[in-house]
Amino acid sequence: MTAVDETTGAKEFGQSRRRKEDARLITGRTKWTDNIVLPGMAHLAMVRSPVASGTIASIDVADAKTSPGVLGVWTGADLDAEQGDLPCAWAVTPDMKHPRRPAVAAGRVKFAGEIVAVIAARSAAEARDAADKVIVDYDDLPVVLDMNEAIKEGTPLVHEELGTNVNATWIFDSGEAGTGGNVDEAIAAAHADPDSLVIERTFRQQRLVPAFMEPRSTVVDPTGEQLTVWSATQVPHIARFLLAVVLGISESKVRFIAPDVGGGFGGKIHLSPEEVATVLIARKLGKPVKYTETRSESIQSAHHGRDQIQKITLSAKKDGTVTGLKVDLLADMGAYLGLVTPGVPILGAFMYNAIYKIPAYQFKCVNVFTNKVLTDAYRGAGRPEATYAIERMMDTLANELGVDPLALREKNWIKHEEFPFTSVCGLTYDSGNYEAATSRAVELFDYEGLRREQAERRARKDPIQLGIGISTFTEMCGLAPSRVLGSLNYGAGGWEYSAIRMLPTGKVEVLTGASAHGQGHETAFSQIVADQLGVPFEDVEILHGDTQITHKGLDTYGSRSLVVGGIAIVKAAEKVIEKAKPIAAHLLEANVADIEFDSGKFSVAGTDKGVTIQEVALATFAAHNYPEGIEPSIDADATFDPENFSYPHGTHLCATEIDTETGKVTIRKYVCVDDIGTVVNPLIAEGQVHGGLAQGIAQALWEEARHDESGTLTTATFVDYTLPTAADMPFFTTDMTETASTSNPLGVKGVGEAGTIASTPAVINAVVDALRPWGIDDIQMPTTAQRVWKAIQGKEFDASVGAKDTRDGSHEAAPGNGAPLWSGNESGGAQ
Amino acid sequence: MIPAAFDYESPASVDEALAVIAGAGDREVKVLAGGQSLIPVLRLRMNAPDLVVDLGRIAELRGVRDDGDAIAIGAMTTHDDVTREPLIRQHALLLSLAAQTVADPQVRHRGTFGGSLAHADPAADMPAPALALGAEFVIAGPSGRRTVGASDFFTDLFTTAIGEGELLVEVRVPKHTGWGAHYEKFNHVAHTWSIVGVAAAVRVEGGTIAEAKVGLTNMGLVPIRATAVEQALVGQPATADAIRAAAQNADQGTNPMSDASADEDYRRHLAKVLTGRAVLAAVG
Ligand SMILES: Cc1cc2nc3c(=O)[nH]c(=O)nc-3n(C[C@H](O)[C@H](O)[C@H](O)COP(=O)(O)OP(=O)(O)OC[C@H]3O[C@@H](n4cnc5c(N)ncnc54)[C@H](O)[C@@H]3O)c2cc1C
Repeated sequence: MTAVDETTGAKEFGQSRRRKEDARLITGRTKWTDNIVLPGMAHLAMVRSPVASGTIASIDVADAKTSPGVLGVWTGADLDAEQGDLPCAWAVTPDMKHPRRPAVAAGRVKFAGEIVAVIAARSAAEARDAADKVIVDYDDLPVVLDMNEAIKEGTPLVHEELGTNVNATWIFDSGEAGTGGNVDEAIAAAHADPDSLVIERTFRQQRLVPAFMEPRSTVVDPTGEQLTVWSATQVPHIARFLLAVVLGISESKVRFIAPDVGGGFGGKIHLSPEEVATVLIARKLGKPVKYTETRSESIQSAHHGRDQIQKITLSAKKDGTVTGLKVDLLADMGAYLGLVTPGVPILGAFMYNAIYKIPAYQFKCVNVFTNKVLTDAYRGAGRPEATYAIERMMDTLANELGVDPLALREKNWIKHEEFPFTSVCGLTYDSGNYEAATSRAVELFDYEGLRREQAERRARKDPIQLGIGISTFTEMCGLAPSRVLGSLNYGAGGWEYSAIRMLPTGKVEVLTGASAHGQGHETAFSQIVADQLGVPFEDVEILHGDTQITHKGLDTYGSRSLVVGGIAIVKAAEKVIEKAKPIAAHLLEANVADIEFDSGKFSVAGTDKGVTIQEVALATFAAHNYPEGIEPSIDADATFDPENFSYPHGTHLCATEIDTETGKVTIRKYVCVDDIGTVVNPLIAEGQVHGGLAQGIAQALWEEARHDESGTLTTATFVDYTLPTAADMPFFTTDMTETASTSNPLGVKGVGEAGTIASTPAVINAVVDALRPWGIDDIQMPTTAQRVWKAIQGKEFDASVGAKDTRDGSHEAAPGNGAPLWSGNESGGAQ
Repeated sequence: MIPAAFDYESPASVDEALAVIAGAGDREVKVLAGGQSLIPVLRLRMNAPDLVVDLGRIAELRGVRDDGDAIAIGAMTTHDDVTREPLIRQHALLLSLAAQTVADPQVRHRGTFGGSLAHADPAADMPAPALALGAEFVIAGPSGRRTVGASDFFTDLFTTAIGEGELLVEVRVPKHTGWGAHYEKFNHVAHTWSIVGVAAAVRVEGGTIAEAKVGLTNMGLVPIRATAVEQALVGQPATADAIRAAAQNADQGTNPMSDASADEDYRRHLAKVLTGRAVLAAVG
């Protein structure tokens, strides 16, 4: 743990420290919101609509009001004057349709699970009992569930007042933007050229439930000068601001606290209806109030993720060079807009071109309202969808051309020496080395050996067929340069804040606006500060998640905490040192210009005279002896606004076995080599990769939020929503290459979403690869055993599939049948 | 979620429990064993009994004893104990293997053998093996004890021969010492219920199948004995081909549902494939 990096002097950077927060988080002996108990606290229960679309004909609350322990019952009508409108922070287009979103529905319900009444009682059990006594009569209205139907003329409307089910249409066109060619011309040219081809596919991103471990919970204390809200949220700062807006009160009257939070994956990025309702009732009662959702309520009414239909058109030369890419999306908003609901597909818009040099590109997204719970950010938000589509298309193209899919990718990807590279979307990828990550992955995977085995299994029509899937991904994360967000009409910036307080004893308190909900910030940030200030790791305390401690911040999502928040900490630490230097010089009776700082010690150049940072902290506190004209403080803060996104990348290789008798898919081998730049804590980074892989693999194989024709979510418990556990996961072989980011002083890139973004297409490409002998070229997610089994029923097995001759004769045969396999040798930049 | 309020009793003996239940009169009573099915039902408020009688303190309901040509398993023996008990492993290995596939370790440490059988969920893993091995169910009531054979115990969806005011106290399982056994469970993810499960116990003599018992999970409203397969197996060589051929009869007499986890035709197909695998694994 104490090995010193000879070149940088860093003691902590790169050490796989175990997370210091784990003992309390794992045992639960910590401040989860639901653990908080305040004197005289009341408890809430919600009455939720079982119908997906209808008007409330009547609500009878008489029995509920007289139920034991009940302190009050409020319907939407009772709260409507003061509940305001839950905000959406991203008006993606000037003419975007934005329905009002009440915390408690009044008169009209628009998805099953929407709150229609709130009960307060002395205990949670009494509140629940009373909720069962509220009698609501609904007049059913037609339900809109299917996106293709929703946009048709004459379809009933989710929001009558908007006059349409289309929320917004958003377009990026590289021709118009001047960042590339015109895609329609590229596609037309390919159609006309016998040496080119055009392929078109439609993929479906099913709805997913973020399924964070800790259900959402909120405690509100309305007593005192400030309203205090504890909530299981990823975004205490954003929520504080939004709550002030919704209630029309001063921001300074709201204190928002995210205590320890058990997961989020994007699912806790919001100011929720439940939070607002809890605040309103607490204010009415004038006493503390708690609301904790049940797991089923969480699955039903916390936002979902994904749910897009992607029509992709790709043109290429028959030598494999991609010439154009066109994306037509339908994205399901659900019934309302949350914090960034309409922007989620747009976060993917810039990533369909991925790691490839695609000369012409167009992205068009139609956002659609349906009578389902809203969608919003879920791990990766837009980028998993984009990565899935392009990586599926690259495999499809390779198959059409009969070339090795890795070789095809290399033909199109940005070469190491071409960085920095401006993409067809106008983003500048600062660094990357796709050759190195791919070489390492191929080596760890035994690509050639598995291709050989695949060919053998095909040849003997083995009941277990093998498929190999590839995903060479990149993503944009580290949200985000504020000016870029401004240009996209996002309602806030993307900077992060930090402050460092040097205590008299030499201990260090670090404030950060990036509030962790399971990521391990306290450990990683402590390691950074220990190196920057040369203090022991144990002496650093990370404070976060309370708007009265860290007054500003933009919270945690989009793999931003390290690459934005961590850099803000570095900047604050640099200021601490600069402030300490004159005091150290004074103590050492030397010139400031002669003071050097290294490993926690200020010394006079060329002498052995020195004073430690702890000694400076104590002397500054005592303030008996410090230079004239400066303040006796070495505390400092910094706000860091990144100039660029972060572009982690990697190569993921997956081998799946398909039991052709049952259709069951088993992951035989999963290798990923990620490049997240330099790594602060390899153990934490690997944990992020593992968790990310699990969620991405789960989308491929198991998870789907399903509704019946009346709009009822039929997967509202973990019996039906088949969330995998560790028992379902293969052993992952993970490794890293380190191509330092050139956009920040630490050289780091984001890792929080990488595994999720990369893995889904790797798995599905492998499943499809195994099924090719049956002529199958696509399959819908999740690829349950039944779906795979049904797909091959009645189809001929052709072991020679893929061996079809390719047109230009440069490739003799397809992968698995003797085609040249990617070896990485010809790629100069490898390793 | 929070269950509706109920009264709670935890008697220390079977007789006391029966008396408490009898004394409840018109009030709705629910018996609590491991609570792994009942508590979720109460929490989702799909049921709201007035009185819950907890069997957890009744020592006589827990454990396994040798009962001559059978072993007797107390209703409150946990799934985890069923996987480990030497008497069960020796004489009714099939039960141990099936119990190992139930949910996860937490559920197996709480959930009970008797609770699973009394609950009679068509997707539960313990009923089919119990049926296959010809278990007898000892039911205690106000007027004494009676024994019900396996074929009469599971009467309908979530319904058994246990009557109002009665308790399942013990399950007698005829000894199948030396039989090969296997439980083949097919599900989506590891902690979920069976889409289809096949329980097989086989006695092989000199390479020939002398006796075979096969039970099917989730191929109808109640667990089903695959008698056509059993008959087809007897006298066959214990080879993969012979076994697979016999397994083609696995869906005879079944009535599988189409539901969110699988369609009927797929279940019928699975039953055949999994029966072949279960029997093949059982013969070793
Ligand atoms: C997450 C999860 C996953 C699961 N997965 C599986 C699985 O894969 N396979 C599987 O087989 N099971 C599964 N189960 C169910 C588990 O096996 C339960 O243990 C079993 O269904 C019921 O046993 P119990 O002891 O918990 O009974 P309880 O839940 O206490 O009772 C169940 C019912 O039986 C009645 N009852 C119980 N004991 C008696 C008795 N002695 N006499 C009369 N009536 C009685 C009760 O009144 C109640 O109606 C799962 C459960 C959970 C929570």
